[in-house]
Formats: sequence, structure tokens, C-alpha cells
Amino acid sequence: MTTLSVHALGEAALCCTLPAPLSLEQQQRVWQLASSLADRAGVQELIPGMNNLTLVFDPLRTEPTELEAAVQALWAKPLRRQQAGRLVEIPVTYDGPDLGDVASHCGLSADEVVRRHTQGQYVVYFIGFQPGFAYLGGLDEALHTPRRAEPRVAVPAGSVGIGGAQTGIYPLATPGGWQLIGRTSLALFDPHATPPTLLAPGDLVRFVAASE
Amino acid sequence: MIEILRAGPLTTVQDLGRPGWRDRGLSLCGALDEFALQAGNLLVGNPPGAAGLEFTLGPATLRFHADACIAVTGTDADASLDGRPLRPWWRQRVGAGQTLKLAAPRERMRSYVAIAGGLDLPPALGSLSTDLKGGFGGLDGRALRDGDRLPLKPSPALPARTVGMRPPEWTPVVRALPGPEHEDFTTAAREAFWATDWAVTPQSNRMGYRLAGTVLERERGEELASHGVLPGVVQVPPSGQPIALLADAQTTGGYPKIAVVIRADLWKLGQLRLGARLRFVPFTPADALAALREQRLLLDQIRMAL
Repeated sequence: MTTLSVHALGEAALCCTLPAPLSLEQQQRVWQLASSLADRAGVQELIPGMNNLTLVFDPLRTEPTELEAAVQALWAKPLRRQQAGRLVEIPVTYDGPDLGDVASHCGLSADEVVRRHTQGQYVVYFIGFQPGFAYLGGLDEALHTPRRAEPRVAVPAGSVGIGGAQTGIYPLATPGGWQLIGRTSLALFDPHATPPTLLAPGDLVRFVAASE
Repeated sequence: MIEILRAGPLTTVQDLGRPGWRDRGLSLCGALDEFALQAGNLLVGNPPGAAGLEFTLGPATLRFHADACIAVTGTDADASLDGRPLRPWWRQRVGAGQTLKLAAPRERMRSYVAIAGGLDLPPALGSLSTDLKGGFGGLDGRALRDGDRLPLKPSPALPARTVGMRPPEWTPVVRALPGPEHEDFTTAAREAFWATDWAVTPQSNRMGYRLAGTVLERERGEELASHGVLPGVVQVPPSGQPIALLADAQTTGGYPKIAVVIRADLWKLGQLRLGARLRFVPFTPADALAALREQRLLLDQIRMAL
């Protein structure tokens, strides 16, 4: 089994990291570790990253060495059979300003880019960068496209883009360098909803071409 | 109700932040000098984590449209009520129609106004903190503007006596623990980090302070996978110039972390002014805990003394 190394991140957090290479199975074990620690006294937040987990705790209620021992004991448990993640379908209007550039970079037609993008099944590895911004694994290699040389000053909320080997959706308007291939009208983030984000770690995502 | 006659450069509604949603990408937010906000709240009989107003570098003017009881804490901004000097870090009565003025502070960065009863605003995800990046919380998810009106909750009856406290001592020296990647840096970089001054550059905001000083080089250079980060983490991007993360920092990052400022000194970090010089002092986890206990004890003592 892969060794989990645990480092203190200040006096109130632990950083639990796995060695490369990244894998979905390791990531599933990270989610399992997070959920099995969720109800432990003194544990305040569990933040999955890419094949790692950051654990925030109240150091006045929890002894870090005890917590670390508990983390290692839970890590040693086998991966429960994963229930298939929740499938979230995201309707996308594929009319992004960079769709043509992505198509010519990949040597494909725009329709083929859309076909391949909608054919993939993606996994939410973790959420970061912005509220509800999902780091998705599973982009077809034929669609990998470098980021734009000149980042945009403002990318509208709901933009669907490709940046290198990643695809994703911007929940909020932000500066950004990804190639924009489309947009969705779904709200990825709503501060008045509980939970506030459409996607959670472990979810499965499919993009569906929306007719205008 | 409080009417904002002059909002100043950056005035926001803040409590102790919005924990519990960082796995969904929501920043913590909250007062950058959390000790000042908590002490102010205790002075006016509020729970320590109630929302108050955070002022950045003054100058600001507020008119009260109802009787209130307030405390002005944080850095000294020469607060005055209808032109009469008002004692900072003391409970003060304010009459309807009176005007509170804060001037530009001579040192440090942030002042706080706590109001008995608190602000009557709708919480977002359990907190009144303004998330400027996300555009929610506080008043419409933004910094206050001239002309804004903030409704107040009814003020509880407080004993008539005035009470106050001595402000904590601030120095531009923050204690920190070595970060998970501390040993990845060269010996020279580690020595420079702990032994030299760092300047807070103008490219700094509530998300973090970008620091300037010796270029810090890493011995081992492999890229790190994206991971959770927290306020107080000092990360070093490829430029070798550290960034000290603050309350509005994003939830994940990918840079190596040379140090983490101890919780009890986060307020000192948050009070650094742009252009100020800062020194990091190495500390141990046991001493960090002792310092945190001491700070909590101080707040408990304020509560019990009132």
C-alpha cells in the first residue's frame, strides 16, 4: 500500500500527501479518508487536494500526535467498494471564442471537438481556486490544448474551457488563461444554497451539448 | 441604523470567517485582526465572533441613527465622536444623530468598530463576513460605499459604567513554524528567511502579502500537486519571493510552503502596513499552543471582567 506522509502545517493543520504518480484509486482513498475523519472531535475541515488531504483541527481540543495516529490507522483500511459518484449533467452551449483555435490546434473540426468533449466522463478530483471550481480528470488527450498566450482580463461566469490537460467551468467571473469553448447556464456556485456548490469531490460529470 | 457618510478605502463587514466550506473552494475570510474584533465585541457585551466593521487605513465617517454602544479597537485611528476624542479599546455610548470619525492611522493598518447587539444583516452560509472575491456575505458581498445604511439589531441593556482594556502590544515580528517544504530550500535560503527583513509590497491584499527580500532558492525543485492552504501559510513561488496568505486566500495552492505563522500571531501579520518590514522568528509547536492558550485566556479574562 502507498505510504501516506503526514506533515504539520502550522500547529492547527496536517498535510497528508501521497507520492506521485497521481491515480484515481489513490484519490478515492483520499475521499474515503476525509469522510471517515469528518465526525472526529476537534476536526474542523478536510480539504482534499490532488492526491492529498489537508486536515484543519482545533489544537486546544486535539492532540496532533493522536490525530496523526488516527489518520494512519484509517489510511491502512482498504478502499471500500466505491459507490459510483453522483452523475451531474452540465448543458453547454458550444460557442466559445476559442473553439476554433482549439479545433485547429488539435487538428480536428469544431464539431469533433464538441463530440469528444461531450463523450468524456469526468471525475471531480477536488474543488479549489474559486468556490465550486472543480478540478476534473478525464479530458480526451486529443483535446489537450495549451493555455492562451494572453490571459483574458475577465472570463464570464459559466465559461467552459480547456487549459492544458484540464477542462473545467468557471463558477465566477475572473481573469483566466483557459481556452473557452462554451458556456453553461447552470450556477456552479450559489451562496444562498446549501450546499453552495453544484459539484463536490467524487462527483461524475458529463457535458451535454445544449441546443440554442 | 448606521449611515456610512464616508466609507474610506476598504471598509467591510467581517466576523471570524466562514469555516466549513473550504472543501468546496470557499475562502475563510473574516477579520484580519481577529483579536481586535473579538475584544471589541466582548467590550460591548457581544459574543466574541459577532460581525463588526473592519476599516483599512481610515479615514471614515459614520452617523448613528439610533442610540448604540460601541468599541473602537485595532490600530489607533484617532476616533472622535462629534469632534470629541473617543478612547479606543473602551466601551462608549453613542446617541442617535452622533457622528463617529476615524482618521488615517499613523501606524499599522486596520481598525474595528464593534456595536452592541450587532449588525442586522442576513448571514451567508453561517457567516456575515464579506467575501470580496466571491461577491457575497456582508453587505451585498462588497466593500461599503458612501451612503450605505447598515441596520442594527436591538442593543441589549448594558451596565452604565464604562470599561476598557489596554491594547495588546504589536510588533512587526511574527512567530512561525517551519512549513512542510522548509527543508527543500537551500541552507542560505532558510537562513535568509529567518534572519532578514521582508518588505510588504504594494501587490498585497486581503488574500495575501507579497513580500520582497532575498530570493529564496530551493534545493529540490519538483512541482507539488495542488493542496489545501490556510491563512498564515508562507509559500514561495518560482520567483523566490514569499507570499504570506491571509484570510481571503484561495483554498488550494501549489507552491512550496517554507513556514506557517502561528495562530496567535495572525493578527500581527494582518496589521502590517504596505511597505512595512517584517521579520519571521522560528517557534516550536508547543510554544505556539501556549501562545494560543494565552490569547484565549486573555479574551476569557475580558469577558469575566465585564
